[in-house]
Amino acid sequence: MTTVFHFFFVPFSIGLAFIVAIMETVYVIKKDEVYKNMAKFWGKIFLYSFAVGVVTGIIQEFQFGMNWSDYSRFMGDIFGAPLAIEALAAFFLESTFIGLWMFTWDRFNKTIHCLFIWLTAFGSTLSALWILAANSFMQNPVGYAMNAAQHKVEMTSFSAVIMNRQLWNEFPHVIFGAFLTAAFVVAGCSAWRLLKKDHENFYRKSMKVSLIIGLLACMGSVWSGDTQTRYLINNQPMKFAAMEGIYKNSTEKGDWSLAQGTKGHQKTWSIEIPYVLNILGHHSLNGTFKGQEQVNKELKAKYNKNGETRNYYVPTRTLFWSFRIMAISAGLFGLVAIIGLWFNRKKSQSIMRQRWFLYVMGLMVWLPFIVNTCGWFITEFGRYPWVVYGLLTIADAVSPTSTVASLMFTNIVYFLIFASLGAVMIILSHRVLKQGPDSVTTDGYSSKPEKTSKVDPYEMGAAHND
Amino acid sequence: MTNLQLLWFLLIGVLFSGFFFLEGFDFGIGMAVRFFAKNRDERDVVIQTIGPHWDGNEVWLITAGGAMFASFPMWYASLFSGYYLVLFLILVALIFRGVSFEFRANMQTDTWRNFWEWAASIGSFCAAFLFGMMFVSMIQGMPIDANGNIFGSFTDYVNWFSLVGGVAVSLLCFIHGLNFLRLKTTGELRDRAQKWSKILYPVLLAGEVVFVILLYLTTDFFTKKPVSTWSILIALVIFTLAAWWGAQAKHDWASFIASGLSLISVVVLIFNGLFPRVMIANNSANSILIKNASSSPYTLHLMTILTFTILPIVLIYFIWSYWVFYKRLKSPRAAEQ
Repeated sequence: MTTVFHFFFVPFSIGLAFIVAIMETVYVIKKDEVYKNMAKFWGKIFLYSFAVGVVTGIIQEFQFGMNWSDYSRFMGDIFGAPLAIEALAAFFLESTFIGLWMFTWDRFNKTIHCLFIWLTAFGSTLSALWILAANSFMQNPVGYAMNAAQHKVEMTSFSAVIMNRQLWNEFPHVIFGAFLTAAFVVAGCSAWRLLKKDHENFYRKSMKVSLIIGLLACMGSVWSGDTQTRYLINNQPMKFAAMEGIYKNSTEKGDWSLAQGTKGHQKTWSIEIPYVLNILGHHSLNGTFKGQEQVNKELKAKYNKNGETRNYYVPTRTLFWSFRIMAISAGLFGLVAIIGLWFNRKKSQSIMRQRWFLYVMGLMVWLPFIVNTCGWFITEFGRYPWVVYGLLTIADAVSPTSTVASLMFTNIVYFLIFASLGAVMIILSHRVLKQGPDSVTTDGYSSKPEKTSKVDPYEMGAAHND
Repeated sequence: MTNLQLLWFLLIGVLFSGFFFLEGFDFGIGMAVRFFAKNRDERDVVIQTIGPHWDGNEVWLITAGGAMFASFPMWYASLFSGYYLVLFLILVALIFRGVSFEFRANMQTDTWRNFWEWAASIGSFCAAFLFGMMFVSMIQGMPIDANGNIFGSFTDYVNWFSLVGGVAVSLLCFIHGLNFLRLKTTGELRDRAQKWSKILYPVLLAGEVVFVILLYLTTDFFTKKPVSTWSILIALVIFTLAAWWGAQAKHDWASFIASGLSLISVVVLIFNGLFPRVMIANNSANSILIKNASSSPYTLHLMTILTFTILPIVLIYFIWSYWVFYKRLKSPRAAEQ
């Protein structure tokens, strides 16, 4: 649960850090004040997201020990190392330089100040790399040896853990996803403001920068999504079969389900297109895939000992539809980015005239978050019943000391806190948007810290509310 | 016990020391927002003193936790699952205080600003108090089974000693925060912080005496390691006196360093008392030992190399960022002139 919430904010923060960094770089190169204000303005929204991301991150780390103590004992040797390095190498970098960036607009020369935000962005990417290294091990354990006596895994090769193929499939996909998220949020917010005909020049430029990034990120995520999915075919066939909703082994014809209904590990109905499955999975017209029934049999033969009857089916419906949502959204993102860039050409006014398009773009603010969550569902539910693939099941990993009551209680409290934090964050971001780009030229973040009696944010808000 | 295990035990001690030294004044400043500053302008200044630093300081905790996970998974698992509710409350406190600084500045009504200011103060107090309570109850010995799981009842966590520990740690943090204010501000705020320190130090010293008596009665520190325990306690008292003297004689730096060092002495006291254990059980056969709790030699070796290459770089820019913001902030009244 906390993971989902954390994963809601973090990709946005990572992506936004980069977008702000790019904006400031454009400012340093072009010396156009608009880009400076852009960096400051979107930077302010970044700060909220960062603050929430940091606190939910602390919870993440502590929960491994709190709720999953047996998991921690089992995996500490491997999981702890990337986590510690993440804190040491990435978090310090991020948090120190974001502090410097926020308060030193007037104190350093442009290039050095711009370097601060790049270091922050770099730090946040590094942290994603390390945490995904740990996650990748859970998907595809490599570079370890089993210590049966103490029931734990021990690292034997750090380079194998880092060179894990799963990691290098997963990491680009997550990073491109992060860029995409932030890009479409920025573009969408700009679209809302353009509908109100507010600061046209400013928001059109913001939109242009973010859509270019969004388009590139969209192509990147499709490409990395494709390599990752094809990697799954051999590595986690069950996950792949569930994503595509294949139960019986597929035929040479390669029927691909566009939509389907399921019940009790059987297809009840489906809309199918021939050959697409082969094109997607094998990049050719020929070939077959194992269905879930066959994979389940194979996994049973491999992992069930002494007459265990455990099945290895995963929540197919979730995976199937999550995957469809991801794929369709990717197309949508690409399309919107291209149309948006076309309408937003320098000499054309069409972006202001095509109000329906601005509405579409404005509504798309929410889509990347849904898509990210879908992706996360596929990765995590597709691993069921394993916590560490092939080594440790979910049931084995929970803390023996934690009771159902305490888990329920803390989860409810977390949920309430997160929901309210999320709400506050959205309200604040909304308010910043409403105040518009003028606010950043006079507010506290841009003034020197010794100027204590700064402009009162209250008055500023009131002035812009009319 | 191998050298690497010993090294990592020490390193975790160092990380927690760093955390308490830095986050200590952060907590103190947080408490000062509502308990010390008199009006909104003063609160602005108080919060600004830690504005650029608080997240960096909190990273010390994340690093300490991460390092514990990496080097002593058994310790991490047992401590964190055993103190489930305590840590949960600490997290809630940290969340509220963490976001409060950012959120407060953007509230449009006084009611909401007051809300986030109280969140900062109460959150900071609770976090400091609960940390104190957690570490102090940990050294009394907990009911731990052979697998390293803690099955404690309410009184194992909350008792006279742990309450005194909690109060002492939060008071120390508060004074440490006041000392930081004296360094970073001028005029009225600085004078008042000094006045408060002069009054609070005798209270703290009395608290320390009570703490030592309870320590003697409830832990095995004095029987197992009398010499080192006494020397650390004497150091603690000397630092406290030095900081008090600093408050009398207007030596801001002396007070700040001394109050930081007294927080560190508490950490050292705890780690010294734990050694060679990492968790103390009521039934001494179940205590978790350094030699059994660590990860494999390969991981420790790897972590050692990485830490000693990355940490110096981190320290350089971390200190540099403090140096950038070294200037004193003016009190609201002085700024108007």
